[in-house]
Amino acid sequence: MPRQRNFLPLAGFLVCLAGFIGYSLLFVRYPVTRDVPWASWLLFAAGLGLLAAGIARAFRRPETYRGRIAGPILGVLSLAVVGFFLFATLYATRLLPAAAGAPRVGTKAPDFTLPDKDGRPVALHELVGPPSSWAVLIFYRGYW
Amino acid sequence: MVAISADAPRTTREHLAKTGWTYTFLSDENAAVIRQYDLLHKGAGVDGKDIARPAEILVDPSGTVRWVNLTEDFRVRARPETVLAVFDKLKGGGAP
Repeated sequence: MPRQRNFLPLAGFLVCLAGFIGYSLLFVRYPVTRDVPWASWLLFAAGLGLLAAGIARAFRRPETYRGRIAGPILGVLSLAVVGFFLFATLYATRLLPAAAGAPRVGTKAPDFTLPDKDGRPVALHELVGPPSSWAVLIFYRGYW
Repeated sequence: MVAISADAPRTTREHLAKTGWTYTFLSDENAAVIRQYDLLHKGAGVDGKDIARPAEILVDPSGTVRWVNLTEDFRVRARPETVLAVFDKLKGGGAP
């Protein structure tokens, strides 16, 4: 009797990949799935579970299921994907300078003048002022 | 609301044309103001360019800093509703 195809390892790998790609394409757009990437973690857990089940049955019942070579390869690839994701989100994005000298609450915000998108100069003291003009200064990394 | 980065005005113009955002974006190309605010992330941009680390600062009408948010993870920024809640609280507190 021919052995059955063992689709679980491939399915597990694809689910892990979906957790990775899904974060950069979709989850990162919404704070609720971005700040704590639980949606990716769930997909990783499901994917690794499928892989484990697929590899286990390939080795325990080799007369019935294929996948003793492809299973471990896909397993290693999946672990690499998950590992890279965890490295990037738990370590790499936290490598930020301390900014110990940043303005503190209660101090004057240093005034500045910078060009806007059309090159027109804009000064902080033109933006804030009595009676009610507050400003939110948002420093961002840039869209390169 | 003012957004500040080390991007050139041209980059910002293209970005705003794509997104349709209309609030003020300022270009600090040599990162002078970013340095002045001690928010420089040295060499973190493309080709080792110096850029800003993410930060949000609320300034009241007298020019005084009232709230600062320095994230420890650049994936995680202040959410708009958080800033609005802080603003409402500070304003409601009778401060000018």
